[in-house]
Amino acid sequence: MTDTPIENIRNFAIIAHIDHGKSTLADRLIQTTGALSAREMTNQVLDSMDLERERGITIKAQTVRLSYRAKNGQTYELNLMDTPGHVDFAYEVSRSLAACEGSLLVVDASQGVEAQTLANVYQAIEAGHEIVPVLNKVDLPAAEPERVRQQIEDVIGLDASDALMISAKTGLNIEGVLEALVHRLPPPKGDPAAPLKALLVDSWYDPYLGVVILVRVKDGRLKRGQKIRMMSTGAAHLVEQVGVFSPKMIPTEDLGPGEIGFITAAIKTVADCNVGDTLTDDRAPAAEALPGFKPSVPVVWCGLYPVDADDFEKLRDSLGKLRLNDASFHYDPETSAALGFGFRCGFLGLLHLEIIQERLSREFDLDLIATAPSVVYRVHRTNGEVAELHNPADMPDGSVIDHIEEPWIKATIMVPDDYLGAILQLCNDRRGEQVDLTYVGNRAMAVYRLPLNEVVFDFYDRLKSVSRGYASFDYAMDGYAPGELVRISILVNNDPVDALSFIAHRAVAEARGRSICAKLKELIPRQLFKIAIQAAIGGRVIARETLSALSKDVTAKCYGGDISRKRKLLEKQKEGKKRMRQFGKVEIPQSAFLAALKMDA
Amino acid sequence: MEPLALYIHWPFCLAKCPYCDFNSHVRDRIDQARFAAALRRELAWEAARLGRRRLGSIFFGGGTPSLMEPATVAALIDDAVRWFDPVAGMEITLEANPTSVEAERFAGFRAAGVNRVSVGVQSLDPAALGFLGRQHSADQAVAALELARRVFPRVSFDLIYARPGQTEAAWRAELRTALALAADHLSLYQLTIEPGTKFATLAARGEIVLPEGDAAAALYEATAEEAGTFGLAPYEVSNYARPGAESRHNLSYWRYEDYAGIGPGAHGRVTVDGALRATRRHRAPEVWAELVERHGHGTVEETPVVPAEAAREALLMGLRLGEGVDAARFARRTGMALDAALDLAMVEAAVDAGYLVREPGRLAATDAGRLRLDALLAAIVA
Ligand SMILES: Nc1nc2c(ncn2[C@@H]2O[C@H](COP(=O)(O)OP(=O)(O)OP(=O)(O)O)[C@@H](O)[C@H]2O)c(=O)[nH]1
Ligand SMILES: C[S@@+](CC[C@H](N)C(=O)[O-])C[C@H]1O[C@@H](n2cnc3c(N)ncnc32)[C@H](O)[C@@H]1O
Ligand code: SF4
Ligand SMILES: [Mg+2]
Repeated sequence: MTDTPIENIRNFAIIAHIDHGKSTLADRLIQTTGALSAREMTNQVLDSMDLERERGITIKAQTVRLSYRAKNGQTYELNLMDTPGHVDFAYEVSRSLAACEGSLLVVDASQGVEAQTLANVYQAIEAGHEIVPVLNKVDLPAAEPERVRQQIEDVIGLDASDALMISAKTGLNIEGVLEALVHRLPPPKGDPAAPLKALLVDSWYDPYLGVVILVRVKDGRLKRGQKIRMMSTGAAHLVEQVGVFSPKMIPTEDLGPGEIGFITAAIKTVADCNVGDTLTDDRAPAAEALPGFKPSVPVVWCGLYPVDADDFEKLRDSLGKLRLNDASFHYDPETSAALGFGFRCGFLGLLHLEIIQERLSREFDLDLIATAPSVVYRVHRTNGEVAELHNPADMPDGSVIDHIEEPWIKATIMVPDDYLGAILQLCNDRRGEQVDLTYVGNRAMAVYRLPLNEVVFDFYDRLKSVSRGYASFDYAMDGYAPGELVRISILVNNDPVDALSFIAHRAVAEARGRSICAKLKELIPRQLFKIAIQAAIGGRVIARETLSALSKDVTAKCYGGDISRKRKLLEKQKEGKKRMRQFGKVEIPQSAFLAALKMDA
Repeated sequence: MEPLALYIHWPFCLAKCPYCDFNSHVRDRIDQARFAAALRRELAWEAARLGRRRLGSIFFGGGTPSLMEPATVAALIDDAVRWFDPVAGMEITLEANPTSVEAERFAGFRAAGVNRVSVGVQSLDPAALGFLGRQHSADQAVAALELARRVFPRVSFDLIYARPGQTEAAWRAELRTALALAADHLSLYQLTIEPGTKFATLAARGEIVLPEGDAAAALYEATAEEAGTFGLAPYEVSNYARPGAESRHNLSYWRYEDYAGIGPGAHGRVTVDGALRATRRHRAPEVWAELVERHGHGTVEETPVVPAEAAREALLMGLRLGEGVDAARFARRTGMALDAALDLAMVEAAVDAGYLVREPGRLAATDAGRLRLDALLAAIVA
């Protein structure tokens, strides 16, 4: 609990396109307000996950409470939420926005407005936010703050006359940002005497504390020892700890209206905890719940299977715990002929899929196989039935299919003029239909309708490569339309590997089949036996590659002293094999399943 | 019971070669008397518990056993012959480094009973010897070989090939020169980067790169071909001999027979009270000597080898040999039927691929199979 009156609280999200410097700005705000000592500071200190630090991106939104003594002599409680920029983590952004009244819109002054700048700012406007534009990286020689300021006005329609010119890296004008937060953002509203209403913004599993919940209190007070109720499930729990992030976890007595903090409440059932839910007092409950969040709709699905079949239960448990921390990811049990028991999992994109897979292996020590990702098709049968198809392996026989519909998206691509030609070519190659093409200065904004399955796998990588990194991209789902779609099966030594089958448009099917065979030949290491890799549509083989046997693999010297060591090595190798999936006599490394699908055909 | 093979380890060298991970140590001064006494004492201890058995071979390995006093070698051979029943014409091998060869010492070893030497030539190319950190020149190596041929009935020598940048043509030429030196047995090893060696560090830094894959396979095949034209057959992955000149002692390892290991870091597989046991001595020479002085032996580990383990060991050793594994012997030795130790579907696939031959009562790897033996074993072992 703080003694800060509600008028002196400011809750804000930092939003921007990827890499425009949100987390670096958060560093400076943390440092300037003294929340962390110099010794405790690191770059992008809020990116605390190893994966975030390795990849240099924010994956999870993070919250910090800062205490700021403004020039007017008053002390303010600033609750900062740093958000991710990548489109696959948009759900993090939307939930953070719901916990705040305002946003700092960071724009890299050397890059200008990008696709995610637009997507995020529109979300913030929709959330009713007061928005403070911040032009970052003005220290760079290539920075053109004036041009970018104009762009913000022209493209977004936001008044940028008071935009702050800063460098998050050098610390230039951070004081200006803090003052703007205090004076330009509204304080939260809320009634401390009303029944408790707190929004469940995020949650995660901590091995020591159990389930930790991030809340934003709207009305009433949330206290240690209080019995709270989750309004969607009715489950009641005793609050054990209340606290705030400094960014370290600091216990407090309570949280009042407008405050953001955490609680723990001995929650055993992970399913009791749903982001967007409203927490209320069990004895004096609120009459109605807060609006909550729109559920996220996964756009890519793949199967996740434990490499060691004995790990199935562990995988189930781990998925539950991870889902606590990432409500944008979905899972349901499924079985595969080749892989046994596993889960069909839904993601917001391929990066999301990769990150979840990585987190499962790192945080839960699981070895997983991911099957070829797929979008959700709608299969219309000749008997009139319509069913969603999440897994290419489940595609019914052609004779019972009347037609198949595939999901489309509306993509917004922003790109410097020089690369527009290459981008339009890419969109056309991916069956895109142009909707709009406009210019802002020397930047083009192309709006395209594209089939999602042409985008999901490697469109983003291709976009970046053909534009040398200058194009940015955002998309939204845009309905279903019939398509000439076929399933391509992959056979390894003549055995179909259901986990590698995928669906593609007839026009590109053969090329895709050839390219995936060639890719697999690269990705599968040479083994004891030679391996035939084939792609087939129906019964017809459309591509074939042969991977020859490894040429030499033998220990040169082996005498009496080496026997135990060699035996243990052999046993380890056998153990390792168990952990690699065998398809007949062939071992396919898990990396092949995803990588094979990223292709240029 | 099959005759016992006796291994005696001498742990000292003049310098540590950068590729070597054997239990070898460099000392300014070696207390010859102390180590001689300790070896004799440990041999007596081992002999006492093994009981009187037939003895098939003795092997002095190292390290550099040619640095031992011939008198020590003589005493150990005398002891062994006293404790055990040697087979007729028992093979007694000693590893010799060309650096430590003097005519008198060779005569001394011969007089002690050594009837076979294995000379560590490693290469006949002066630059390669430098790279391998050897203390001797190519000429010295050739001289040592010539001397050995005059003194000992049987001579073998070692070469290391598949060195960084070595072409097939260069290796063939070097090997031909070596073959002309007319030994009846050769050990031809592809250079291996062993963890913990100086070469491992260099390789990790990318400063040495070995031929791999197809290139290594081609060098291996060229080796067999050249050796073949001189009448030497590859009876084991890296060992080539005229028929009848195979190393009796090393065959015991590969056939997975009993062998006792004496001296620092020595390993053994011995049958005690009808059960197979794996033994290991302390690696550090001085610690080992102290243990022997205190307890009569320097054993740090002695564990039973259960049938499944014995089966894997017998396979991984036996398939290195051209003759392969004899099913009846295998079952007797390991307590497990050969078929039970194998993944038969994989065996069948390996036979189809030309990696294995299965005859009644015998399983052997083909040349192609031996070239890929590590992968083959991982596939076929149950
Ligand atoms: N020159 C300069 N570089 C900056 C500045 N601010 C951030 N950067 C650099 O820009 C890169 C991205 O910064 P981050 O703070 O991780 O960006 P982000 O917006 O949090 O990125 P995501 O969370 O992945 O969307 C890093 O290499 C920073 O060092 C700045 O003011 N000037
Ligand atoms: C016990 S060692 C050394 C015997 C003796 N001290 C010498 O150096 O001549 C036996 C043989 O193993 C071979 N050897 C040792 N380390 C090796 C390596 N890393 N790669 C290939 N062969 C190796 C050498 O040919 C060596 O002669
Ligand atoms: S290769 Fe021989 S001489 Fe060189 S260190 Fe090893 S054992 Fe000693
Ligand atoms: Mg960030």
